[in-house]
Amino acid sequence: METMKKILSRFDQAQKELIHILHEIQKEYNHIPPEVIPEMAEKLKISESEIFGVLTFYNAFTLEPRGKHLVTICMGTACHVRGAPMILDEFQRRLGIEAGQTSEDKEFTLERVNCVGACALGPIAIIDGEYHGQMKTQEVQKLLKAIDRTDE
Amino acid sequence: MEEVYITRLERTKAEILASRKQAMTVVTVCGGTGCHAYGCLKVAQAFEEEIKRQNLHRQVSVRTTGCHGFCERGPIVVIQPDGIFYQRVQIPDIQEIVTETIKNKKILDRLLYVDPKTKKSVVLEKEVPFYKTQERIVFGNNGFIDPKDIRDYIALDGYKALAKVLFEMTAEEVIDEIKASNLRGRGGAGFPTGKKWEICRDSKSDVKYIICNADEGDPGAYMDRSLLEGNPHSVIEGMIIGAYAIGASEGYIYVRMEYPLAVNNITLALEQAREYGLLGQSILGSEFHFDIHVFRGAGAFVSGEETSMMASIEGKRAFPKQRPPFPAQKGLWGNPTNINNVETWANVPYIINRGAEWYSGIGTPTSKGTKIFSLVGKINNTGLVEVPMGITMRKIVYDIGGGIKNNKKFKAVQTGGPSGGCLPAQLLDLPIDYESLTRAGSMMGSGGMIVMDEENCMVDVARYFLNFTQEESCGKCVPCRVGTRQLVEILTRITQGKGEEEDIKKLQNLSKTIKSTSLCGLGQTAPNPVLTTLRYFRDEYEAHIKEKACPALVCKELIVYHIEPEKCVGCLLCLKSCPVEAISGERKKVHVIDQDLCIKCGACFDICPPKVRAVSKYTGKKKERVLKKASDPRVNR
Repeated sequence: METMKKILSRFDQAQKELIHILHEIQKEYNHIPPEVIPEMAEKLKISESEIFGVLTFYNAFTLEPRGKHLVTICMGTACHVRGAPMILDEFQRRLGIEAGQTSEDKEFTLERVNCVGACALGPIAIIDGEYHGQMKTQEVQKLLKAIDRTDE
Repeated sequence: MEEVYITRLERTKAEILASRKQAMTVVTVCGGTGCHAYGCLKVAQAFEEEIKRQNLHRQVSVRTTGCHGFCERGPIVVIQPDGIFYQRVQIPDIQEIVTETIKNKKILDRLLYVDPKTKKSVVLEKEVPFYKTQERIVFGNNGFIDPKDIRDYIALDGYKALAKVLFEMTAEEVIDEIKASNLRGRGGAGFPTGKKWEICRDSKSDVKYIICNADEGDPGAYMDRSLLEGNPHSVIEGMIIGAYAIGASEGYIYVRMEYPLAVNNITLALEQAREYGLLGQSILGSEFHFDIHVFRGAGAFVSGEETSMMASIEGKRAFPKQRPPFPAQKGLWGNPTNINNVETWANVPYIINRGAEWYSGIGTPTSKGTKIFSLVGKINNTGLVEVPMGITMRKIVYDIGGGIKNNKKFKAVQTGGPSGGCLPAQLLDLPIDYESLTRAGSMMGSGGMIVMDEENCMVDVARYFLNFTQEESCGKCVPCRVGTRQLVEILTRITQGKGEEEDIKKLQNLSKTIKSTSLCGLGQTAPNPVLTTLRYFRDEYEAHIKEKACPALVCKELIVYHIEPEKCVGCLLCLKSCPVEAISGERKKVHVIDQDLCIKCGACFDICPPKVRAVSKYTGKKKERVLKKASDPRVNR
């Protein structure tokens, strides 16, 4: 809660700062801990339901913590026509989770994104911020294995 | 005042140019998103090191620039001032480039682009066919500018238009100039920019805002990203000029969160502009005050709609509002607000510098200037292209784009993102402008141009877009929230082979209702992908519904993978690549797919060597035949 108070104090205490504040909290905690909402509501002088409404409206914010590794599959049109759905299927199968979910061991979160604007490289998978272009289904397992190894 | 200012900016420019005289050769490394992913930063760093090692750093400098546009060929290196164009440059090439090309003035053939048509190597960037047919105005300076250094922009006459506006033009004159240029909004709808500014200027209020819409949500479009990342000051200069014309004191740049590099570059550019007195109080010593904030979006497509964007900046859910009142009358926090797209703002300095007459000389009678398109999908030369309005799709696809990948057959170009439509081969000679695209059932949108070939299923594409809009519908109005969902359900059924005869009629009726009754642009245009594919590719819908076949061999439920016994060489590649062990066989013996286990991931199809090509896909009656054979115990087991 101390961190959260520090974040809050950096902004004007008004609704116009809500999305900026949520970005900061999401970055700090890897999710929006529900227990921070009442304090935010009080400080920003808006209702808790308003905050809840905003944070669930936008894809950037999650109430559940994301996994240690974030795998994002671009589902933009250029990637789609080059076979992105097959890549997503393979990641889902290998990780045993659906897009939008986090694995039980909290190692991986799998997400879809509508377009990352790197269309020349499609289909693209982004793993912990690193772009992997021209993906093929056979490469999925290799990439996931490489991550497992870096952890050891 | 005028004197003081002009000398100051001129002096700054002269100083910058003087400091650079020593470094005659500049190695520019493209720092666009595509090249980033190819590892351009390491390439740039390796150049720095090698140049230092060879003790050339007094004569040669390295600059990481904005996007050059030819993303297909990254990392791209252009050696200035000659303009030698090297593509797909890797770390091991660098020592040789420095020794041979920079020191000994010798060209390295293997790094040159080879024109696939003439089979000849091209040395200079401007001679590469991809660039030759383009008309690069807004995008022109990207390749010369380090977006992290304002001095590069100033050295190329940056902020000259702003100076002209502040000291030589009244606000009305600026608006008249933009009106005379006939610049129209580049975000999609094409509303005349000068008119938009005038309405906002005429609204009475002490506080006015301007917004730069950089929430480039259309999948497959990334020109705004490249402008913000590659030449942020052109956008900022356009905004300051607009703010002066409208009388706004504060501006926002609303950037998608998916574009972290754009957020960084624009934030840095704003800081530098403030340092140089180009933002803040008394801009360049004038009596005009104005500043810009960056607002990072939070991942909602609907926030690209202008009333939703304002709600989002206010810290609320991005719900659209009924219009009127229009944002120009009652916008951000109830004050008059003018929103333009990134590319629109970036056009402004060029119009002021070179005049409305010059600008309106480019393009068609109703659409002036150039437009940047992101040419992506099944095209040989993927990248960003800037072309005059009125150019035909054929020129873009074949002359600039170099035709379809792997010599496949062209099927369609999708323009306008989820609000647009798919245009077929018979419209390839259509001159592209706002009106022609709308008449064809699509729209300009922000400029995504996704090329599709014979291996793309148009029903699947329609389903893809509707799935997108359905997920991104904010849910405020019923036609969009419920209607798009119904469309997705019908389309999904069709792609699964469960379509019924009356589905086409249902799709048409539902589309009509959603178009005419939705609250905002998202819903009003959402059915376009369905309507255009029905208009131009009805036969594909009918094949899915009547024959339960997917002619493009895409829809999983309607196809089978099959290994041709007479072609299979028994190399075990597909067997090893199959993630579910559905393939059986031994070395040098024909492999067989167990259709019950196959999940149709396509791994075997991808990995079978091109010389062998033993894995086939079948649909319709042929598919049934394969399945029947597979279940026949005498054949396989």
